Amino acid sequence: MPPVPESEGLTRRAVLYGGAVTAGLMIAIDFPWGAARAAPVSNPEPVATGQRFNAYIHIAPDDRITFTLPAVEMGQGVYTSQAQCIADELDVALDKVIAAHAPPDQANYGNPIFVVQATGGSTTTMAWSGPLRKAGATARAMLVAAAAARWQVDAASLTTENGVIAHAPSGRSLRYGEVANAAASLKPPTEVTLKDPSRFRLIGKPVHRIDTPDKAIGKTVYGIDVMLPGMRFATLRSSPVLGGKVAKVDQAPALAVPGVRQVVVLDDLVAVVADNSWAAMQGLNALAIDWAPGANAELDQAQLWSGLEKASQGQGAVAKKEGDALAKLKQGTVFEESYELPYLAHAPMEMTNCTVHVQGGACEVWTGTQVPGFAQTGAAKVLGIAPEKVTVNNHLIGGGFGRRLEVDGVIKAVRIAAHVDGPVKVIWSREEDIRQQLYRPLYHERLKARVEDGRITAWHHRVTGGSVMAHWLPPAFNDGIDSDAVDGAAEVPYAVGDRLVEYIRHESAVPVQFLRGVGPNGTIFAMECFIDLIANKTGTDPLAFRRRLLEKNPRALGALNLAAEKAGWGTAPPASPFGARRGRGIALMNAFGSYLAAIADVAVADQGDVRVTRLVIAADAGKIVNPNIFEAQIQGGATFGLSAVLFGKITFAGGRVEQGNFNDYRVLRIDEMPAIEVHIVPSNENSGGIGEPGTVVTQPAVANAVFAATGVQLKRMPIDRALIAKGA
Amino acid sequence: MRRTLLLLAGAILVLIAAIIGRMVFQPGPYSFAGGTEVDLASYPNGAALTGVPAELASTDPRARAEYVTRMADCEACHTAKGGKPFAGGRPFVLPFGTIYTPNITPDPETGIGKWTDAQFLKAVHQGIAPDGTRFYPAFPYASYTMLTDADVLAIKSYLFSLPPVKQANKSNTFGFPFNQRWLMGIWSSFFNSDRRFRPIRERDAAWNRGAYLVEAAGHCGECHTPRNLMQAMDQHNKFAGGQAEGWNAYNITGDRTSGIGGWSDAEIAAYLSTGHAPGRGVASGPMSEAVGLSLSKLTPSDIAAIVTYLRTVPAIRSDRLPQPAGPAPASPKLASIDNPVGKRMFEGNCASCHAWTGAGAIFDEARLTGVRSVNDPTAANVASMILNGAGQPGTGRPYMPSFAAAYSDAEVAAVANYVTARFGAKGSSITPKEVAELRRN
Amino acid sequence: MLEFTINGEKHQADVPPDMPLLWVLRDVLGMTGTKFGCGIAQCGACTVHLDGVAVRSCQLPAGRVGDRAITTIEGVGNTPAGAKIQKAWIDLEVIQCGYCQPGQIMSAAALLASNPAPDDSDIDAAMAGNICRCGTYVRIREGIKHAARS
Repeated sequence: MPPVPESEGLTRRAVLYGGAVTAGLMIAIDFPWGAARAAPVSNPEPVATGQRFNAYIHIAPDDRITFTLPAVEMGQGVYTSQAQCIADELDVALDKVIAAHAPPDQANYGNPIFVVQATGGSTTTMAWSGPLRKAGATARAMLVAAAAARWQVDAASLTTENGVIAHAPSGRSLRYGEVANAAASLKPPTEVTLKDPSRFRLIGKPVHRIDTPDKAIGKTVYGIDVMLPGMRFATLRSSPVLGGKVAKVDQAPALAVPGVRQVVVLDDLVAVVADNSWAAMQGLNALAIDWAPGANAELDQAQLWSGLEKASQGQGAVAKKEGDALAKLKQGTVFEESYELPYLAHAPMEMTNCTVHVQGGACEVWTGTQVPGFAQTGAAKVLGIAPEKVTVNNHLIGGGFGRRLEVDGVIKAVRIAAHVDGPVKVIWSREEDIRQQLYRPLYHERLKARVEDGRITAWHHRVTGGSVMAHWLPPAFNDGIDSDAVDGAAEVPYAVGDRLVEYIRHESAVPVQFLRGVGPNGTIFAMECFIDLIANKTGTDPLAFRRRLLEKNPRALGALNLAAEKAGWGTAPPASPFGARRGRGIALMNAFGSYLAAIADVAVADQGDVRVTRLVIAADAGKIVNPNIFEAQIQGGATFGLSAVLFGKITFAGGRVEQGNFNDYRVLRIDEMPAIEVHIVPSNENSGGIGEPGTVVTQPAVANAVFAATGVQLKRMPIDRALIAKGA
Repeated sequence: MRRTLLLLAGAILVLIAAIIGRMVFQPGPYSFAGGTEVDLASYPNGAALTGVPAELASTDPRARAEYVTRMADCEACHTAKGGKPFAGGRPFVLPFGTIYTPNITPDPETGIGKWTDAQFLKAVHQGIAPDGTRFYPAFPYASYTMLTDADVLAIKSYLFSLPPVKQANKSNTFGFPFNQRWLMGIWSSFFNSDRRFRPIRERDAAWNRGAYLVEAAGHCGECHTPRNLMQAMDQHNKFAGGQAEGWNAYNITGDRTSGIGGWSDAEIAAYLSTGHAPGRGVASGPMSEAVGLSLSKLTPSDIAAIVTYLRTVPAIRSDRLPQPAGPAPASPKLASIDNPVGKRMFEGNCASCHAWTGAGAIFDEARLTGVRSVNDPTAANVASMILNGAGQPGTGRPYMPSFAAAYSDAEVAAVANYVTARFGAKGSSITPKEVAELRRN
Repeated sequence: MLEFTINGEKHQADVPPDMPLLWVLRDVLGMTGTKFGCGIAQCGACTVHLDGVAVRSCQLPAGRVGDRAITTIEGVGNTPAGAKIQKAWIDLEVIQCGYCQPGQIMSAAALLASNPAPDDSDIDAAMAGNICRCGTYVRIREGIKHAARS
């Protein structure tokens, strides 16, 4: 086994991300699977010959260099940013590099923050830039040592540039491939020196993405594009009512459809297997499936909301306590409000799919997953075989947003494939994808604050909702607290005096999972709306009010001031043909180790339709690996947040999800897209995450702008037009 | 003075009587044809005018019974959205409340499993339930009364061959006085002839078969003929255009501008049997159900008979529908339309299928120009279409999703007005409030 | 047996005429660059060109293609407008996950071919039918203008 670079400062069974590593929310936990080493790499080497220097780097004699990257590429640019980190230290150009996803192997590729092998929580740069740089530097040192040995010279006299080792005094040079075999057999150095930032050629530079050229010509193979010899195509329908079962189905109408080969009936789903996806869909449509709806037949949205609200009145587990907030909140000028966030579906453009071949007591899976290890163990469990018998071929993902942090799609595909002879690609229809996934939890955020002399002196925030952590990473659900659900509430950028932050876990029948922005989508939304409410009720400008609470937080203040300056806070929002009422809103967020401030302008039509006309975002996320990707992530995150705050909701009626496709699960289109300006605060702080903050900060900025435009603060998302119609 | 007043009062009374008389004393549904009504038995091979067409005469009894049931299109109304066929529960929103169709599967408790032949005949011909209560004329017994006993009992035998579905009927939400079902007895005495179909001796078999399909079984006039104050079909304006669940059921008289006089026989036949005639548009809303569940199941000879009959219905010009506009320009920009919300909706949700020219980007079914709904300045059907969509996804047939859930009344109104302005003869100005009304259907 | 001209090459496929072109391309001919995104012509991921016009292949029955020439993402780079758009997409790093981008590029290429200098309203009109969940809209707009200038 090659050496594994230790992640500096983070040991395997030490830390768990609570969203804000730098903000200090670290939770010590014990993992049941401990530090056990997973099976050796089961995937074939990307290049047949050559040497693997460590878990991440393989160099072939012909100089082809393959990076095995721990974090999965789903659009956020980590293929490139991780490669930048390795390649800069290794001194190779990115165009020489082949990037590949890591196979399931927690020991080598487990996220130093999550411990499990997962890509999410905006952690890739903060978790991996150190270890990957070290891996690159280590491999470079070994290559240099091998060359020094061959030439019988001092290693310190050698230089490296773009895959070539040079000895200036003698004018000799060697390509990496030429010494790869010799180098890989050396003992890795225990200490390596990382490059001084002044010598970076790639890190911190807006280099081009390595995945773009193939994507621009349709060559990239996503999980849904996998084609195997003899492969069949399948599609499925699960019980429309949550948790229902198949009561009865006559397979004949499906089998009568040309091209249909097989109908697989499981207890909770029916799949049709055919020669192509279209025939499978026709077969499925032909079936009249009798469902036994089960216990959730009467489940509806009003009941889900009221159940949550009722639960929020209880006492929560204490996530943070400083001073005696409850006592202070019994007197003086006290404000109280609750905010509610709906279920959301991720709706990535690549719908859930998975190709599986089960044979001879083994299983091979082709899919795009943020959690290859979960895919492996999930498949193994279904089949009752050892995880080593499951090969997971990971792919670039056509949009994750957290959806692929769950492996329900893999598990269903494996359950179907277990009945199919040969490989089968299982594709969910868009309707199935929206109706049968796990959802962003319904959240109730109850806030209470005391204000004295224009400052907040006591603060109580109670978060109520379903827990994702409790099932996704049980060790991270401790003492009744979901560390993600209170992220953004437990630590706040503002000075708010005595503090009590509580969490109440309230589960309904609806399964929940992470969604881009995760817990802070709720906590920060509520906090930022609440701050605007207090500012409004105390007759204070929302920006001035925040500044007063941020006197001791220069990073937060810096981001806030930059956004305010660039947006021209205090001037009138632009006129728009989409609405006469105009407003400007501001929001700040500190989570994922980053500080972002957003200012949104909106126009509100008489009937209540909201148009966002401009968005200005300022970000301080510490050191940046790739400013171009960084900016794209903020733009993208903000767009995702706009869809959520303007339109996003999954609702239940009769136990069924009421939405099904983009006609009723509305997402933002290009003609609804405001101009976005991104401004970066230069910073040498530790790198923060940037995949999610844009999503988090945009939503309250828009809600606050609507408040400013209409005088109505909406308490439940998404925006309800009826409540802000003129004269409503 | 007193005499003048009396005269005036008398005149008003006469006028009222005349109006009521005109309302009450309706011409027969096909009396426009003139000629002599005769008993089926007296018409040469009269039996062939009813029941199944000759080419199906030797099929098995259940197939024949099913065909007759399709002719009468029972399923559309007696099936709730997403519900079991014929199990009822479909709501109809009327001015005086909402009525739900009953379960007509043979379930003995909740359906019609205990009904005798006589009870079934009385219900279909006279609108009287086995317990003596009256049905509302939303149940088209004023048309069905023309069906032969044999055909009504064929329908019953088909229904009784279906699996029984246990699904209790929902009661309607009518308030007083509309909840007084006995009043329907009076209504029936005026508007239900309680007479079986009688062919016209001077007309050929195809015409008479068409009359039976259109008037008795197909009950076309229930939607396409306007209703009078008493909610009865106004046969004076036969087929001049009525309403169905918020949709305009267009003029199907022979008028060339506002009716179907300009359509070829082949176009009418294609529209009826497939729901689409190239350049004429697609059947949508209730008509698409009529096509899907009934007309598309009819034989070509029956479709031809319907066309033959419709061709003879006197032309009536309704001023509401102007001559359709021609094609729209390919360029999205049109200075004449100031409707940013409508344009935004159209470009995001509509243009992919309908195209900026309105000619249909993928298939002719999505054509907007030349289509009556788009040239209807009320935009009722355009808005209804946007709210309801059409067809089923993933079938290989054209499909339009419903935009009701995620788009506001203002947005739906805006895009409906954009569509009529861009592709129609005269832009509409449907309001968000009117869209809200349409949503209730 | 249906015959198609795709990216200048003849292809035959033994498929029912109501099978949407999308599935002929992807599952029968193995050209997986064209993507399945919604199946109801609401997202644009499946966009191809028929005689240069952008069409949603998920709703287009194969039997209705007729003799129109099909261009897909795999071949659009051979058209001047397609090549410009692809280059702009790389220059400006428009793409994130990339799944919707074949459709975005096909729509943008059709726009540029018919309108060499599109303004914001033209871009809205041509591109609003293409959904991107990653949020590349800002750069798509820049990319089209960049391509138009090149």
